[in-house]
Amino acid sequence: MASAFVQSFAELAPDILAAMPGSGLPWLDAFRRGQLDAFVRDGLPGTRSEAWKYTTLRALERRAFRPGDSDAAIRDVDAACLQLEGVDGPRLVFVHGVFRPDLSTLDDLPPGLTLQPLSQALAEDAEPLRFMLTRGEAQAADAFTRLNAALAGDGMVLRVAGHARIDVPVHLLQVGAPAGEDLAWHARNIVELGEDAALTLVEHHIGTGTHTHLGTQVSDVVLHARAQLAWVVLQEAPDGALLFRHDRLRLDADAQARVHALELGGALVRHEFDAELRGEGARLDTRGAFLPGGRQHIETRLDIRHLARHTASDALWRGVADKRGRGVFHGAITVAEGADGTDAALSNKNLLLSPHAEIDTQPVLEIYADEVMAAHGATVGQFDERSLFYLRSRGIPADAARTLLTLAFCRAALDDIGNEVLREHLGKRLAARLPADGETA
Amino acid sequence: MNLLTIENLHVRVAGKDILKGLSLTLGAGEVHAVMGPNGAGKSTLGYVLAGREGYEVTAGSVRFLDRDLLTMAPEERAAAGVFLAFQYPVEIPGVNNTYFLRAAVNAQRKARGEEELDSVQFLKMVREKLKVMQLSPDLLNRAVNEGFSGGEKKRNEIFQMALLEPKLAILDETDSGLDIDALKQVAEGVNAQRDPQRSFLVITHYQRLLDYIEPDFVHVLADGRIVESGDKELAKKLEAHGYAWVAESGEPAGAA
Ligand SMILES: Nc1ncnc2c1ncn2[C@@H]1O[C@H](COP(=O)(O)OP(=O)(O)O)[C@@H](O)[C@H]1O
Ligand SMILES: [Mg+2]
Repeated sequence: MASAFVQSFAELAPDILAAMPGSGLPWLDAFRRGQLDAFVRDGLPGTRSEAWKYTTLRALERRAFRPGDSDAAIRDVDAACLQLEGVDGPRLVFVHGVFRPDLSTLDDLPPGLTLQPLSQALAEDAEPLRFMLTRGEAQAADAFTRLNAALAGDGMVLRVAGHARIDVPVHLLQVGAPAGEDLAWHARNIVELGEDAALTLVEHHIGTGTHTHLGTQVSDVVLHARAQLAWVVLQEAPDGALLFRHDRLRLDADAQARVHALELGGALVRHEFDAELRGEGARLDTRGAFLPGGRQHIETRLDIRHLARHTASDALWRGVADKRGRGVFHGAITVAEGADGTDAALSNKNLLLSPHAEIDTQPVLEIYADEVMAAHGATVGQFDERSLFYLRSRGIPADAARTLLTLAFCRAALDDIGNEVLREHLGKRLAARLPADGETA
Repeated sequence: MNLLTIENLHVRVAGKDILKGLSLTLGAGEVHAVMGPNGAGKSTLGYVLAGREGYEVTAGSVRFLDRDLLTMAPEERAAAGVFLAFQYPVEIPGVNNTYFLRAAVNAQRKARGEEELDSVQFLKMVREKLKVMQLSPDLLNRAVNEGFSGGEKKRNEIFQMALLEPKLAILDETDSGLDIDALKQVAEGVNAQRDPQRSFLVITHYQRLLDYIEPDFVHVLADGRIVESGDKELAKKLEAHGYAWVAESGEPAGAA
């Protein structure tokens, strides 16, 4: 017997498939159908699956979602909530995974930047997207990636031409809105930077009000030789939202990516970040902070693979759990045979603010090459009582002192964001999530 | 009214009785030195006055002006005018020193119902006080105490005292680990802040500091009690004869 969750898709999805952007293309129809069948056949992973050990989906199995939102194009969204300090370039807004031209600004794109919704790209010429879209087929995809492959008909397609250095940040927004029922939405992004291209991408997840929808987003990002990507993610979905994101990043020779993620919202959030450093000299820096409070469950999974010589990766992540919040961090680094001279570092420190909070962290390092420099460490601890007393002894009230120390704890994960205004904004958003805002200063 | 009245104070730390009936009275504007061997409970006295958790008062009382100090939270004590210069100032990575100092000054002002300082007013005040302590302004841009030398940490404590203008300053071995020049600097900083409205409890292991900060009274703390009190001559006697002399002459019979 399929679970309520699976059934809600099995029943309605075939009709939806027929009406999706790009349907009618034989290869795409077959691919989507195949992904949906595989999802229905295998259902949701159980906790016996190693990758889902700390994230139970049992409660999710009993819930049903309406696949797709026929009102996505007309849902009321206050344009003011789309603004992000320090980010004033082109903007793509999706509501429940559906492109909203009325909320987006795509005029006057700088030379070298192509930016359009996937729905439009599929209508114009789907063939160039074929490789990327069907990529998931060959991989061992999980339930949510399959759902996304089957049912995502929209998303962002972004290309930067070789040697084009785009100096305005591109702002991608995924918006959830209250609706009469629980919705499931899906978004599929494709990002490609040509040789020597440079781009800043700001990905922002928000809600216009409380809802308990489920969203999936899969992003494929390809950096050709010497391309440079700065990618900042601010995830502040409403507290009841479920969000499953899967990023797959490929770096060619001497390409560089700097990723910052601040995970604040959602009831159940899982972010999988896979990266392949395929070209010699490629470099990846990932930083992030996740702050599960209330009854939130926030998981981050890194899978960083060094496949070429002299590649480097540095991961620095901070977790702060409050109340009954639950954090999970899985940081896997693999240095493949032949990837000699690799330099890989991973640090994950976690802070528990309440006796009921929990964070599980697993650093995993596998090395099959020579002359590798690798360091990784993970800790879970409480407030340093001495620091707290020192601040209080100077007159700073206990709550404000805790906020100050928590911000300090997370700061290392955010303080090298190049956009100063955005960096300070993220700091403020982070502070606003903490038990008491540090107002004294 | 006395500024501070400690009566028969008993304090237990980690299941062990450390202070065992300590009594001490400070008048406004007085400088009292508390001397004693390592492990006597000097830092414990400082911590318990500042309100550190884990220091359990099992008997006795502490009055600060007309208030029961022991019922107050550490931040309330600070706002009321208690300041502890730590024996080991804490490094707090990620917290900017200027931000911290302004947060502290304004939190205290707010608690006392005074106007908070804006950043211009605050920086003006900081510059004035920095000069007195001869601290390099770039310490302000670093994280609290992070990477400070031993001497810088101690001077930073006295600098904080200058900013916070307490009524009672407890200096816990502010002299330890300092060379003679640094010691003089710290003493000058302290002397510059002597005031008829400000009292000092100067905790030290050595008499040396008292050559530069002249105390009105000297007390010897041993085995959790004040075993001897006198004027500054007592410090000289201690220097000449060592703490063993106090144990013989001052401690109640039967104590080890
Ligand atoms: N946090 C603590 N946990 C356990 N024992 C402590 C603690 N603080 C102090 N002590 C003990 O209390 C005694 C007095 O310590 P302290 O007040 O630091 O002495 P002093 O400052 O005079 O050298 C010592 O025996 C010390 O080991
Ligand atoms: Mg001591």
